[in-house]
Parts: sequence; C-alpha cells; structure tokens
Amino acid sequence: MRILVCVKRVPAPGSRINVTPDGHAVDTAHLGFTTSPHEECAVEEAVQIAEQYDGEVTVLTLGPAESDEQLRYAASVGAHKLVLIPITEVDWDPQRTASALTTAIADIEAADGPFDLILFGNESADTGGFQVGIRVAHALERPVVNGIKGIDLTHGTASARREIDGGFEVYEVPMPAVLGIKEGINLPRYPTMKGRLASKKAEVSATAVEALTGGQTRVRLHRPVEQVSETLILGTGPEAAPAVVDLLEELGVLS
Amino acid sequence: MSLLVLCDHDRGTLDEASLEALTFGRDLAGKAEITCEAVVIGAGADAALDSLAAHGAEQVHLAGHDLLTDYGPEAWGETLTQLVRSTGATAVMACGTDRGNEVLAHVAARLDEPFVANCTDITPGDVWTMTRVQWGGSLLEDTTLDAGIRVVSVTHHAVEATPADRPAEGSVVLFTPDLGAEAARTVVRDRVVLTQGITLATSPVVVGGGRGVGSEDGFAQLEDLAGALGGVVGCSRAVTNNGWRPHSDQVGQTGTRIAPDIYIAAGISGAIQHWVGAMAAKNILAVNTDGEANMVAKAGYAVIGDLHKVIPAITEEIARRRG
Ligand SMILES: Cc1cc2nc3c(=O)[nH]c(=O)nc-3n(C[C@H](O)[C@H](O)[C@H](O)COP(=O)(O)OP(=O)(O)OC[C@H]3O[C@@H](n4cnc5c(N)ncnc54)[C@H](O)[C@@H]3O)c2cc1C
Ligand SMILES: Nc1ncnc2c1ncn2[C@@H]1O[C@H](COP(=O)(O)O)[C@@H](O)[C@H]1O
Repeated sequence: MRILVCVKRVPAPGSRINVTPDGHAVDTAHLGFTTSPHEECAVEEAVQIAEQYDGEVTVLTLGPAESDEQLRYAASVGAHKLVLIPITEVDWDPQRTASALTTAIADIEAADGPFDLILFGNESADTGGFQVGIRVAHALERPVVNGIKGIDLTHGTASARREIDGGFEVYEVPMPAVLGIKEGINLPRYPTMKGRLASKKAEVSATAVEALTGGQTRVRLHRPVEQVSETLILGTGPEAAPAVVDLLEELGVLS
Repeated sequence: MSLLVLCDHDRGTLDEASLEALTFGRDLAGKAEITCEAVVIGAGADAALDSLAAHGAEQVHLAGHDLLTDYGPEAWGETLTQLVRSTGATAVMACGTDRGNEVLAHVAARLDEPFVANCTDITPGDVWTMTRVQWGGSLLEDTTLDAGIRVVSVTHHAVEATPADRPAEGSVVLFTPDLGAEAARTVVRDRVVLTQGITLATSPVVVGGGRGVGSEDGFAQLEDLAGALGGVVGCSRAVTNNGWRPHSDQVGQTGTRIAPDIYIAAGISGAIQHWVGAMAAKNILAVNTDGEANMVAKAGYAVIGDLHKVIPAITEEIARRRG
C-alpha cells in the first residue's frame, strides 16, 4: 500500500492575524508555523493505514525551504519519505500549485510506482482555496471526494464517509483514489522522543518544478472590520452567579 | 451571455444557501449585464421552480440522468461543465458550502479555469475584482480574476436570501448530460442519520469548554449548565486534541460554526481560529481566570474566576430561582 499526503506550511497566528505593510502576506515575524489540522489528520490516517497494511507513507509539500520543518514533523509521527518542491514566492495560486504537485507526483510514481491513495486536506488553513486536491485528481484522472471523516479499505475500494447535517453519506471509491480529509477523522498522535530524533536525520528530497501562474492574483490582504465592544464584567468568582442569571433572564434564554 | 447559478434542493425545497447564491448572483449578473440562470440537478426539482423564479432566475436548467439521482461530486461537476459549454455561459457560481465549493472545483479543473472560492463581494469588468475570505473568515483577500469563464463561490451567510423585486420568468430548459463511467465512481451509496433535533450548529445556547476545564470529567459541570439551559456543550481544539470531547463538539475554523443566542465560553483563551466559529453568537459570556484573555476582551460579558466554581454556582442559582 503506497500512500501520499500533501501538506502545506502555514503560519500559526494567536489571537489576531497581522498583515505585512505591503498587504501581500501575513506578518509572520513573531509567529510559529504549522500544517492545517485537516492535513495533520490526513498524515495520521495515512500512517494508520500503512501500519495496518504494511504500507509506505510519502509526504509532499510545495513551499519555502523552511517547509522542511512540517515534513520532519510528519516523519516524527511515522511518515517514511519526504519530498519538498521549493519555491521562493510567498504563495503560488491554486492552479499553479496543483499543476506543480501533479508533475511532482507523476515523477515520483514513474520512479517508485503508483500511489494507491493520495490524501489532501479538505482546504488549506490559510488561503482556503478548496480546490488543489480536486485539480490534481482530475489531472491524474483519479476519483476524488472531499470532506472525508472516515475511511475503510476493502479489496481495491475505499469506503469513505462524509459528514452531512446530522449524519453522514458513504462513497465507494475505486482505488487508486484521492480523498480530501477533514479534522475529526482520527486523533493525531504526538511524536515520540524516538520519532523526533529519527525525523532530524530523515532525508528530504527536493525537486524543483516549474508551473504557469493561474488567473487569480492577490492584490492585498486585510482584516475584516471588527465590532469593538466594551466587555461588561459581571463579577469575580462564584459571587457573580446572580448577575449572570439576571443576564440569562434578560436575554430570554431561561425559559 | 449568462451566469449559471448552481442550486441545491431537497425534494423540491431549495436550501437557504442556494437562495443566497441566487440573491448574490442576480445582482452580479445585473452589474455584468448578463442573464442570471439557475441550474438544478436531479429529479424532483420541478417543485422548486416558483421559488427559483421568485429569486431572480430568468431561466432554469433542469439536469437529469440516471447517475444524478443522488449527489456525486464528479457527476455533478461534469454535468455543470457540459452545461457551461453547451450554453456558452461566461460565469458559473454556487454558494460556498461543502458541496458548492466541491462541484465548482470540479468544473474549474475540467474547464482549466481559475476558481475563486468564498467571495463576499465581486465587481465585474474585463478583469473581475473581488474580496474573498481566508483563514475561515479571520482575514480578507482582495484579488483579481482573469479568465474566459469565471468560476466563483459566494461565502455562506455573506448575503441574506431575498426574493427579487419582480419575479423573473423562470422558463424551464431540460438538459441531459453525457456521463461516462468516471462520473459513477463517486456517487453517494448510502446515507446514515446519527442525530435528530438540536445540534451544536443550531442550538440556542452553547456552553463551551477549553483547556481550562482540565479534564474529561471536568465537563460534567458544563453538561449540567447546558442541561439547565436546554443547550449543548461545545469545546476548543485543545480539548479535542486531549481526547476529552469528540471532534463533533469542536467550535471553530476546522470545527463547527455556531450562532446561538448566548455562547458561554469557559476556560477558552479565544484564539482566532476558535473565534471565527463563535463570532456569530448573538451574545458571548466569557468565564476565565485571566482577565486579559482574548475571549474576555472580545466578549460582551465576562466573569473573572475559576470556571469550576463559577459554572456550578450559575447552575445552582438557576435551580434556586426555579424553586
Ligand atoms: C489552522 C488552525 C485551525 C484551528 N482550528 C481550531 C478550531 O476549529 N477550534 C479551536 O478551538 N481551535 C482551533 N485551532 C487551535 C487554536 O489556535 C488554539 O490553540 C485553541 O483554540 C486553544 O484552545 P483553548 O483556548 O482551550 O486553550 P488555551 O489557549 O490554552 O486557553 C486556556 C484558557 O483557559 C483559561 N483557564 C485556565 N484554567 C482556568 C480555570 N480554572 N477557570 C477559568 N479559566 C481557566 C486560561 O486563562 C486560558 O485563557 C486551530 C489552529 C490552527 C493553526
Ligand atoms: N503548497 C502546497 N503544498 C502541498 N499541498 C498543498 C499546498 N497547497 C494546498 N495543498 C493541499 O491541497 C489542499 C487544498 O488546498 P486549497 O485548495 O488551497 O484549499 C490542502 O489541504 C493541502 O492538502
């Protein structure tokens, strides 16, 4: 069983997101970086499947050289092979990203054999384009479903569950397949000390890929207008309870 | 020249998101001086025709095929792509729901055109300019779209669905796509209902707990308060990551978006990714030991203190008043 997971390095903002003065990017001067929770779960899912079926997990990212950090994190929780497509711009648009990933995947498959499953996040945490996985699947002529919160594999078919209002719908997707994963499909493990040490020594293969820019071009980023409201402090400690219940009565939620 | 708006219905009743898309779409089509046309896929859509016309659909394309009896992203994406080609539409849109964004990504991939997801505002022209959401709504991006066929989705809840001043004609055209085996690969095979009644997304009261709750057992106090208020419990990602609550309880960018009358956020710091899921609450009461916490700063109301003392005291006070 060969599984590929595509992850993206994104800043990890705290209570607010600041933008650089030119408006082209998130100001990351004081921020750490992470991958989207959806993609973290995709890596965990791939590792669990690999453990069950004696498989191999490859993790691929397109990003700055520092994205190496996110690849190594994936290795620390069980991924076997790491591939980086280095870029120097802040971001590539979704069409360009998808085209480069497609080329890289085709190259890896030509050298090492086809992937049975390719996992993406449902959407990237920062730009949220909702499309890269679907574009790649279409280019590779493979079936794809987004929003997946459960996978069962049986004889060449991936039974994939997707959440809908108050329940889920089930797809029976023939493999090789592409799935867009949502957080909640599993509880990702934390890296062990051994995993962490091994990931430091893991090899990251870099592969430069060029691709044409797409038709969507960023002009600037800005924060939505915030409703600034004064906070009414109802009190300190349990003595505040009567004031809270007064409020609940006033709001009509205490029927 | 036309704008095709993908609309989704359940046995003839259009969903709110589709009416939002039509409301947004007829305005956009007006500005772009093209016609606004609706697309409905699958059987049983006839019942929705009046509503589509009332919301401004000048023409309604009813697409039918054996493979379209249930939802399938590839079958729907392929159908809409063929319809764009056969009508010569210059733009296609949907509401930015899970389905809407998924189908449009398929359309864009097939047409080899860009797809701009989750717009809040669009100005047509030779090159379209638009504002779209990033980070689940915490950040906005102004962007330009240069394409032969414009593929865009409108952020859910960005506009309120309203009928047009004058209903459109809404004449009906049937469309039968040519679907091959590929379209059959990803069709819904089965559907499982888990819950009925109030959910986190629809509950009028949500009592949320964060890392400050400290343990799985610590949530019993929040359950009690939620029970007394006829509400449900929610939580932060720190909580789901610790395995204290299931992910279905998580509020935020990668969890559920809530819109209750009141959100009681206990032991939650108010990270931006949590806040985007909670900000549609009509009122927020933060309970936190840290008076400087972001949740406290952003909430309309706050109690400063240990949630393990404050929450049970509120539940007791409710019981006392009810006698
Ligand atoms: C891409 C991305 C997506 C994310 N999506 C989500 C999401 O959907 N939902 C989400 O919640 N998070 C999400 N996160 C995580 C988010 O950034 C925060 O890490 C998380 O929300 C923090 O949870 P918390 O507030 O419970 O914990 P903390 O930040 O640790 O805050 C704990 C709070 O509890 C208070 N406290 C401690 N003890 C007590 C006590 N006894 N009584 C009262 N108060 C007490 C503290 O003062 C503090 O304010 C996401 C992150 C990323 C990068
Ligand atoms: N730069 C990237 N490198 C690797 N994978 C990516 C990249 N950008 C997006 N993806 C993958 O595509 C998914 C959807 O991204 P998007 O279309 O941007 O919402 C993400 O969850 C990732 O799995």
